[in-house]
Amino acid sequence: MDALDIARWQFGIVTVYHFLMVPLTIGLGTLVAILQTRWHQTGKEEYLRMTKFWGKLFLINFIMGVATGIVQEFQFGMAWSEYSRFVGDVFGAPLAMEALLAFFVESTFLGLWIFGWKKLPAKVHLACLWIAVAGSIVSAYFILVANSWMQHPVGVEMINGRPQMVDAWAVFTNNTAIVAFFHTITGALAVAGGFLLGIAWYQLWRRRKDGIDTVDATGKVIVGESATIPGRDKKDHAVWIKSLRIGAVVAMIAFAGTTISGDVQAKLMFEQQPMKMAAAEAACHDGTGFSILSIGDVGSRDCSDVVAVMEIPGLLSFLASGDFTTEVRGVNTLVPEYQERFGTHLSDDPMYGSRAGQEINYVPIMAVTYWGFRMMIGFGGLAAMAAGVALWLTRKGTVPRSKGLMRLALIGILAPFGANAAGWIFTEMGRQPFVVAPNPAMSGIDQVFMFTASAVSPGVSAGEMIFSLVALTSVYAVLLVVEVKLLTKYVRGGVVSAMPELDQTQPRKDDGGTSPGGEGDDDVLAFAY
Amino acid sequence: MDFLPTLWFILIAVLWVGYLFLEGFDLGVGMLMKTFARDEKERRVLLNTVGPVWDGNEVWLLTAGGATFAAFPFWYASLFSALYLPLVFVLLALIFRAVAFEYRGKVHSDTWRKVWDWAIALGSLVAAFGIGAMLALTTTGLPLNANGDRVGGPFAWFSWYAVLGGLAVVGFALIHAAAFVALKTDGDIRHRARRLVGRWMPVGLLPLALWAILVALQHGKWFSWILIAVAVVAAVTSWLANRSDREGWSFLAMGVFLLSGAAAIFSAVYPVVLPSTLDPLWNLTVENASSSSYTLGLMSIVAAVGVPLVLAYQAWTYWVFRQRISVDSLPAPVDFAAAVGAKEKVEAMGGKA
Ligand code: HDD
Ligand code: HEM
Ligand code: HEM
Repeated sequence: MDALDIARWQFGIVTVYHFLMVPLTIGLGTLVAILQTRWHQTGKEEYLRMTKFWGKLFLINFIMGVATGIVQEFQFGMAWSEYSRFVGDVFGAPLAMEALLAFFVESTFLGLWIFGWKKLPAKVHLACLWIAVAGSIVSAYFILVANSWMQHPVGVEMINGRPQMVDAWAVFTNNTAIVAFFHTITGALAVAGGFLLGIAWYQLWRRRKDGIDTVDATGKVIVGESATIPGRDKKDHAVWIKSLRIGAVVAMIAFAGTTISGDVQAKLMFEQQPMKMAAAEAACHDGTGFSILSIGDVGSRDCSDVVAVMEIPGLLSFLASGDFTTEVRGVNTLVPEYQERFGTHLSDDPMYGSRAGQEINYVPIMAVTYWGFRMMIGFGGLAAMAAGVALWLTRKGTVPRSKGLMRLALIGILAPFGANAAGWIFTEMGRQPFVVAPNPAMSGIDQVFMFTASAVSPGVSAGEMIFSLVALTSVYAVLLVVEVKLLTKYVRGGVVSAMPELDQTQPRKDDGGTSPGGEGDDDVLAFAY
Repeated sequence: MDFLPTLWFILIAVLWVGYLFLEGFDLGVGMLMKTFARDEKERRVLLNTVGPVWDGNEVWLLTAGGATFAAFPFWYASLFSALYLPLVFVLLALIFRAVAFEYRGKVHSDTWRKVWDWAIALGSLVAAFGIGAMLALTTTGLPLNANGDRVGGPFAWFSWYAVLGGLAVVGFALIHAAAFVALKTDGDIRHRARRLVGRWMPVGLLPLALWAILVALQHGKWFSWILIAVAVVAAVTSWLANRSDREGWSFLAMGVFLLSGAAAIFSAVYPVVLPSTLDPLWNLTVENASSSSYTLGLMSIVAAVGVPLVLAYQAWTYWVFRQRISVDSLPAPVDFAAAVGAKEKVEAMGGKA
């Protein structure tokens, strides 16, 4: 492995890791803000409890998003300096705007929300959370503008060998970015929905196991109360069944949203990056069918022995262009086109280092694109179906006593995360060998493309990269374990873990006022460190 | 002609000063966790003085980085890739520090807290040192070739300037943090913090002053010396204010010291943003490292709207949390283990409740 390969592994690992936290932050943040709003509207205590409980989990996750985001911001300069020099004129702008217009808002107002429970007037306190959540959504928009420019470079002209921004409007309304934004936000909501659903299921199951809730002859729940376990009162049941329903409904709607936006994305991709579409299908020859299963060595990159054994005729054309007959060009047609336009070999430019003069492979690793695409849709669809089933199973007010189902509900939390990761891996690896993918028509803004091979920092040695790769990966691994352990601990603790005032067995001086924003300065730090 | 690049050079300098002024004290508070705080209660007081604001402060760093990328991509690319290894340590330090702030209070065991205390203290120390070293090197130079890439291997960036810059930010952060703690707390801790400022300020601020003087000696213009003089006067004022129990003035004067010190440094090196120690022809300057005027113009509009907004709501945050904190205002640590079923109780406490 040379510096380039290591840098790519590193980018992939830290980014996918960052994107484990990101969708949960965006999705769960939105839901907590809605819950707190409901509390203000209805005054019902279960909404306060939900706000505090889910808010706690939200914060445990949020901080990991922040910690790993810092790496993201720095690594372009550190590991991809040639890339940064080449694209800086367009690419830096959305990144800087993200920090200035989104991260400041997010972190400042979240600080106000965490520490402001009793210091701020109730409405202002709620507004702080909404503003913080809006900040995270705005941040998603800006970073997707940056990323989409790499998929579909617009709004620039080549001047002195570098793309320079000439039309900011085009950059910030890039159709690729707008659709990716909806797709990513709905994907994030799918994550949050599954998260609520799985954990609430577990809690309802615990109440049944402990004999607090029982069912009558028709299977309808009889809500009980435990005298010995703090916090296990009747409202506790309401907390979990509401969370479960909200989670399931959000998960299903969000999946519908990803389907609609994903379909538009596929049509754009067909136009903008035909090779990615072909690779997503392992489609070697031109055709119209969508492969359900292809055999042979899908991983081979020369297309010699891939055979589609099951196809839905016309579906691929429908995905790509909305009718059933347009031929989608396959890899074998596309490769010569690319070779003709961008050459068959990398030039001898020293910036390619030891790769100078090497042959260029225009076909992304098809095993990754083919299965990445299917895993994204598959995991997403699975989670949505499970949400439907869960709604049905809990229609009488509680969950079945089955331990297996409970386990399944918990494991199901992972599915939307998997769909998100698969989506990114597919999108990013399907773009190879380009880091900035060329526009196929090449009209107007010629030559705006960059090979990944020339993007890496020329001055940084493979040894340095190995060091950072190992250091970051191992630190991330440890922190993931810590985060999951903490989340587990707070999930086990239930609402009381976020609202210790519910625990009557422990003496404490604050009354845990349940009115929005009640005064009480002796308790400045109740939600604090 | 050079108006926009110059404006952006100033703006980036301002972002760095804002970063050092704000995160300066929370980095320092982090370091004080292990040296100054005497017991768990005091550590929690320290943490809670910066609790609501440290993340917002850190975004100044991200914005300085992002703005450099947008306005001076060549500066960003050369500086960050040349300092690859030290920045990896800065990143690791910032990661641990951030996570520690949030996770420290979430499990009630002494070992757990001790581990995260070390993460906060060392994380703050390494981050402050590394960022100081990076800033010093961007004023004194790196071995860069014509393309702006570092030559000479992974450690070619090392010079005593890096050490000086590292010490400058660490020293400043410690004194600044003590002044901040004196301003934000009450009781014994407040008095000890004030004493710390009085006793250690000359030592703590010396490296930064030295860095400014060295840069001024090399590239200085006449006003560099005026700025340095202002910085010295501000430091003395801060010391005197501290002695007469005027914590607010002391803290502010410390800010003036930083601002004028940094202004002396940045204005002395202007228009060079990153010198090459190999050949002055390869220096990166505001002119040859900057983005197009279209991009800079766009970013100027965004900054004109964004920066005042940020200043306004961050100032409001400090106003909301203006109250002093003392050991008495802390609620008992939250322990919900009793709330968990008998068996889980043991597990929730990490197996040995
Ligand atoms: C679709 C959304 C999305 C995507 C694709 C990315 N991020 Fe991210 N990022 C967020 C959405 C987000 C967020 C939801 O806004 C986070 C998560 C937790 C948080 O604090 O904000 C965040 C945090 C976060 C932070 C810390 C902010 C703080 O301290 O408050 C930085 C510096 C970055 N990100 C930078 C990046 C970069 C350079 C990326 C590209 C390689 C990237 N992120 C991908
Ligand atoms: C602004 C946002 C992003 C930018 C600028 C960006 C840019 C890049 C760059 C420069 C590389 C290295 C070159 C390469 O090997 O392709 C890369 C690779 C990669 N990125 Fe992205 N990326 C962004 C967002 C993401 C996100 C959010 C994810 C997923 C969570 C992601 C997943 C990946 C993966 C898996 C790779 C490795 C691909 C490979 O090695 O072939 N990217 N991306
Ligand atoms: C039937 C459903 C879906 C379709 C048709 C679909 C389609 C697509 C397509 C075509 C892309 C690539 C875009 C590009 O390269 O320009 C993509 C990317 C992505 N998908 Fe999906 N998708 C679906 C479901 C999901 C689900 C359920 C999730 C997550 C819960 C998800 C998460 C992602 C992510 C994170 C990306 C990468 C970021 C982006 O480009 O927006 N997708 N999807």
